[in-house]
Amino acid sequence: MSALSDQLVSIATLVYLLAMISHAVEYALGNSRARAVAAPSRELVGAAVGAVSTGAVDGPAVEGGAAGGRGSAGDQAAGSLAVGRTLAGGSVAAGDTLAADRTSGGAVVNTSPPGRAERTARRAELGGRIAVGLTAVAAALHLAALVTRGLAADRMPWGNMYEFVLTVSFIGVAAWLTVLVKWPFLRRLGLFLTLVMVLLVATAELVLYTPIVPLVPALNSYWFVVHVSTIVFASGLFLLGVVPAAAYLMRAGYENGKRSFPYTLAKRLPAAAGLERLTFVLHAFSFPIFTFAVIAGAIWAEAAWGRPWGWDPKETWAFISWVVYAGYLHARATPSVRRNTATWLAILGFLTVLMNLFGVNIFFEGLHSYGGL
Amino acid sequence: MTAVDDRPATPAEAPRRRPNPLLALLRNSWRQLTSMRTALVLLFLLAIAAIPGSVLPQRGVNPEDVRDFYTANPDLAPVLDRIGAFEAFSSVWFSAIYLLLFTSLIGCITPRLRDHVRALRARPPAVPKRLERLPQHAVVPAPEGGAAAVAETLRRRRWRVAVHGDEVSAEKGYLKETGNLIFHSSMVLVLVGVALGSWYGWHGNRLLVAGADQVFCNTRQQYAEARLGPRVGDNLPRFCMQLDEFDARFLETGQPAFYNAKVTVDEDGGAPRAEEFSVNSPLRLDGANVYLLGHGYAPVIRYTDRFGRSQTSAVPFLSTGDIGLTSEGLAAFPDANVDPETGERNPDLQMAFDGLYLPTAPQDPPFDRSEYPTERNPLLGLIAYRGNLGLDGGIPGSVYQLDQRQVRNGRLTEIGARELRTGESWTLDDGTTVEFLGTRPFITLSVRHDPGMTLLLVSSIGLVLGLMGSLFVRRRRVFVRLLPTAPGDPDGGSPTGGSSLVEVAGLPRTEHPGFAAEFAQLVAAIGGRSGDAGTDPDAPARAREGAE
Ligand code: HEM
Repeated sequence: MSALSDQLVSIATLVYLLAMISHAVEYALGNSRARAVAAPSRELVGAAVGAVSTGAVDGPAVEGGAAGGRGSAGDQAAGSLAVGRTLAGGSVAAGDTLAADRTSGGAVVNTSPPGRAERTARRAELGGRIAVGLTAVAAALHLAALVTRGLAADRMPWGNMYEFVLTVSFIGVAAWLTVLVKWPFLRRLGLFLTLVMVLLVATAELVLYTPIVPLVPALNSYWFVVHVSTIVFASGLFLLGVVPAAAYLMRAGYENGKRSFPYTLAKRLPAAAGLERLTFVLHAFSFPIFTFAVIAGAIWAEAAWGRPWGWDPKETWAFISWVVYAGYLHARATPSVRRNTATWLAILGFLTVLMNLFGVNIFFEGLHSYGGL
Repeated sequence: MTAVDDRPATPAEAPRRRPNPLLALLRNSWRQLTSMRTALVLLFLLAIAAIPGSVLPQRGVNPEDVRDFYTANPDLAPVLDRIGAFEAFSSVWFSAIYLLLFTSLIGCITPRLRDHVRALRARPPAVPKRLERLPQHAVVPAPEGGAAAVAETLRRRRWRVAVHGDEVSAEKGYLKETGNLIFHSSMVLVLVGVALGSWYGWHGNRLLVAGADQVFCNTRQQYAEARLGPRVGDNLPRFCMQLDEFDARFLETGQPAFYNAKVTVDEDGGAPRAEEFSVNSPLRLDGANVYLLGHGYAPVIRYTDRFGRSQTSAVPFLSTGDIGLTSEGLAAFPDANVDPETGERNPDLQMAFDGLYLPTAPQDPPFDRSEYPTERNPLLGLIAYRGNLGLDGGIPGSVYQLDQRQVRNGRLTEIGARELRTGESWTLDDGTTVEFLGTRPFITLSVRHDPGMTLLLVSSIGLVLGLMGSLFVRRRRVFVRLLPTAPGDPDGGSPTGGSSLVEVAGLPRTEHPGFAAEFAQLVAAIGGRSGDAGTDPDAPARAREGAE
């Protein structure tokens, strides 16, 4: 069972890699198409994003709501799908302002005569769909690897850094697929996501690999499940959140006329405002979970070590992450702070999460020394 | 698109004739301090200030590491120590940042609290003149019953409603600000909880060896290491505790799987009773919690001196940190070889045995490392010393380590080494004997009392709940106006007034992507031909029809 799990991890890594390549193909083809076809549809989305009100003024406002959630197939192909009412459990609504583009919905359906550009576009589309399919397959393998590992160890597979990174990255990809179901037009972000996945899973496999061992007594508690599952879940969402955050920064630069290297990648990305909003939604959703997870950790630490908080390196870095993410939410709510600055804070937050995942286990020694390295 | 900050800036004072420059400066600084921007900067500083505490060794976490750091960096360490780098989280700079942040926080939430209470009491504001300017707008046939019916529909959907004649205004989502305030206030309470704990809390650590002769009673002196908050009196809660049995189970790899301690507890005024506790489930006594942190072996060593008198030592041997629980310790007999007739102590005939205990010794030498943490093949390696142990010099020595200075200056001499199995004895050169009788388990305990804990727990719950309210609830308003009836239908609003219309407008006051959908449903409910309002799944479509 344990060997099976290891093999599944290897295969999943490969499939993530393939998915990444397919995304790259879509990118390449999409960019050539962009040269052929003027006024790419997503630019329209960009114009419409955040303009619910403009749409509402000239037609009955109700229509906006009606269009929400329905979006015809044509809409979706044009990348202007509007509304998902709720994300992951319905607590955060990230609705139609994400890309509320009712007016352009019909207009952007490609009506140009079939030609080379059209064929390339269709191939790009195909590449993208294949990429998403491969990501889903990889995610399934990834899950299977976790399940077999858990079965082999006869416990939740969160006992050491290897298992932890595998679980966090799985949450990230699962949340990504959920987001995709709601907002298919975000598909192009998959290039970044699969890149992150390949890096994380390969690092886990090559650097962090640990054979299965049971838990040390301090971990033997139901708080283990409560604390670790929520930490893993929140970290996975933060991981996913960094994808639109980075995409936003590139896209915003692109929309401001920057045409140098990283910005050109953003040519075919969804509009910046929508990406920014998605970044916020993901972080706003995971921040309370993360807060809860840290508190659960403190409650457990009280029972196991006699103090709820002792500034152990892991605790310290969780504190730092928490403060940085609180800073992000604050910055976003402060009108005088630019959205770019706020988004950098979100990325910084994820770096601190990574520091906790990898750095603390490798560089420091503390009570949380379960890394297995 | 962005949060609508409806809080008026700090209420402007009435302009004065002669502004006092000092007051003005103070007021300005206060305004600066309580601005969101400052809070942001302070949050960022707090994150940065926490980094040294994780990079440098901390006394509170691991004092030995600090000592090692001193040895490794003799020049740098004192400098760092002076700026509090080894107690980073109680240092001046760290405290300054969080105290400023919390001052800013209090300065920020107090006026918001006041405003919010006012807003909760106030009626939703009057309907604006030009409803079509609001982000959401629709015109639908008026329901039967006019404004009252509209208000009823809104109320049923838990909006706060105010009816002004033919106009209805309603607001929803006050919970957002409530949650936000609860969240921020809880943060202050967390700090209060921490402060309570450090003023009125205390804790101590010690080892407890099994056996009735090793009972421990809760006084300051009984702890190897203790910290009492400045407001803790001398009277720690009274209880005594005796370790009866300790049970540890290990995996074949030697990794611990389970610890459990059975004790007899004698609390002040109560009868002795049996208790047990383990890792993750501390013993909760009245006014103190007892945590099980670790365990080990205390070899029982009997020394019989030249006068035939025996003494026994059962001092804990400390683990060297390996998985097989190889432990080191010292059995010291400062009162050995005291002449029973004269009572005269010969300081050069004190005895000490430096020991290395292997619970599972390997089959063959070298016997320096235990293979497994339970006692499968116990072996005690002793090095015997005779001479002056240096205990009278006024310099407190460790009970766990030999004073090596005494060896170096020749007052203490090594007289041989030997490995003993359980029950074996060793006769030294002067005819005295030392016996290894077996071991007793000992446990490492941390005893704590933290009166801030309940407050911490409650405020943590407030933190999470408040945060959820703050992030997931959205504040929004709707306004409804019954339009003057079209000419030719003078009885507008009557049950048959087919052509009377109602104008509805909506304003999300915070970012609310789903507002359009919600508004559509609401409009359908309001304009609905009474009765089925609010439950009709086709509401948006119907509303659109109505609007045409
Ligand atoms: C102890 C430090 C602080 C932390 C950890 C913190 C954290 C947070 C978090 C996580 C939020 C997001 C919740 C939301 O968006 O509704 C928030 C919102 C907010 N905070 Fe703080 N905060 C702190 C101090 C302050 C201070 C000092 C102020 C006043 C200057 C302040 C004013 C606000 C306001 C007005 C909001 C609401 C923003 C909105 O409605 O979107 N906070 N805070």
